[in-house]
Amino acid sequence: MNGITVIAGREMRSYFATPLAYVFILIFLVLSGVFTFYMGNLFEREQADLTPFFTFHPWLYLFLVPAISMRLWSEERKSGSIELLLTLPITVFQAVLGKFLAAWLFAGLALLLTFPVWLTVNYLGDPDNGVIFASYIGSWLMVGGFLAIGSCMSAVSKSQVVAFILTGVVCLLFVLAGFPLVLNVFRDWLPIIVVDTVASLSFLTHFGAIAKGVLGLQDLVFFFSVILVWLVATTVVVEMKQGQ
Amino acid sequence: MIEISHLVKKFGALLAVNDISFSVAPGEVLGFLGPNGAGKSTTMKIVTGFLKPSAGRVTIFGCDIEQDTIAAQRQMGYLPEGAPCYEEMTPRSFLNFVAAARHLKGAYANERFQQVVDTMSLQAVLDQRIETLSKGFKRRVGLAQAIIHDPKILILDEPTDGLDPNQKHQVREMIRGLAKDKIVIISTHILEEVTAVCSRAMIIAEGKVVADCRPDELEQRSKYHGALTLDFDESVTAGDFLGAFAGLAQVALVESITENNQLTLFPRYKDQSILLDVSHMVRDRQLPVVSINQEKGKLDEVFRAVTQELNS
Repeated sequence: MNGITVIAGREMRSYFATPLAYVFILIFLVLSGVFTFYMGNLFEREQADLTPFFTFHPWLYLFLVPAISMRLWSEERKSGSIELLLTLPITVFQAVLGKFLAAWLFAGLALLLTFPVWLTVNYLGDPDNGVIFASYIGSWLMVGGFLAIGSCMSAVSKSQVVAFILTGVVCLLFVLAGFPLVLNVFRDWLPIIVVDTVASLSFLTHFGAIAKGVLGLQDLVFFFSVILVWLVATTVVVEMKQGQ
Repeated sequence: MIEISHLVKKFGALLAVNDISFSVAPGEVLGFLGPNGAGKSTTMKIVTGFLKPSAGRVTIFGCDIEQDTIAAQRQMGYLPEGAPCYEEMTPRSFLNFVAAARHLKGAYANERFQQVVDTMSLQAVLDQRIETLSKGFKRRVGLAQAIIHDPKILILDEPTDGLDPNQKHQVREMIRGLAKDKIVIISTHILEEVTAVCSRAMIIAEGKVVADCRPDELEQRSKYHGALTLDFDESVTAGDFLGAFAGLAQVALVESITENNQLTLFPRYKDQSILLDVSHMVRDRQLPVVSINQEKGKLDEVFRAVTQELNS
């Protein structure tokens, strides 16, 4: 436990030691505002809810999350500090988890800072705050899934650019998994059970379910499983590189 | 106690470490010598648990580095090659991070922190970002993190590389000043460093141990061991006296170094000094000799001989 918190604490401090954290939060807030008010037509809809705000989150995360996650391991490997990190009395999984938690909390902080949007709809109308709360939780869980994928991709390559692109592509696959565009490719030549499995991996489906206001067990289990699986994969990749 | 047995490390087709076995006991300061790419750093990376060996076993005071990694790593301090750090941190936050990761707590953590800051003279730069520090300071920050938990084993990969002579001296003083019951392994290609701080020298070439002895024994292997170098006055030519010294019974060979106006005299028997005979001769014949130096042996010559032997 000590190892995880020490690593997470260091990571968190290092976000704020560079302009990265501030730039990220600023861009996230500006873009989510643009998406909500201009493209989502929050006002014109004349409905007191945050659906337009949350609808764009998966697409926003698609290119913002890789920007946080790409440095998780690539930078350590490039600067050589990974040698220091892995010779401290800390297991690889503790380091993986610590780094992930810091990134996840940081993303959570960015998400929390969107509260003026929530204040706006509460000022203008009488929204269902339970649904909004569930949507925030869902959005944060989804960010966790994206970050766990990004953590693994970052461990694969020493280059942050490669890590960024790989993360974007894999995350896109997970977002689109429920779309007919993807499913039709499989439908012709794979058994239906496989197609259903692919469809059930879709972040959109599970996020959509939570955003309706239902924090269903299966959606929670889904996101936590995705996070766990990708973090274990990260551990395996980091350990594999130690053997090479 | 570090015990290494039949260690092998392959990177694809490259054999970086080829069946190395040795052990190091407390109190020993072991110097790893070897050309670049000889396997020094790779061996250190395996001992510290950063790389996994392809075959063989490493135990640190009984803890297997592969099975019992954390327990083994607790007992070691490590300065990786090039002293990598988290550059965006300050030495203060970086050292506190390492101390916390190494389970140092409360007053003891503060005490250790202050002690390494003093030892490494880091007080002036404690709150400056590491990326803005000079190479010497960065290296010292790296050394400070390696010793902050007062480890029983210290593994330093080229600790003085890139430091100026004063800083080199400081680092060597630090290593010499460590308690006598510790194990220190340092790698270097500065040969004088081995004689300055090590109690044991090991030459590694092409993944194998090719020499393992005390530094002075290594020097004795040199053909220069026991040789005398005579500096002659500028008014004469050293080469003119070559014949005179070659006549001495104890002298096997005389070499003339024209550019320095010197003669080098090699003894016939390595264990018999020729100093007395030669100095008598200089006095008796009133030769224009300015100084006489007895060589201990040239380490770089031994180093070249041992490592090139392998190639031919």
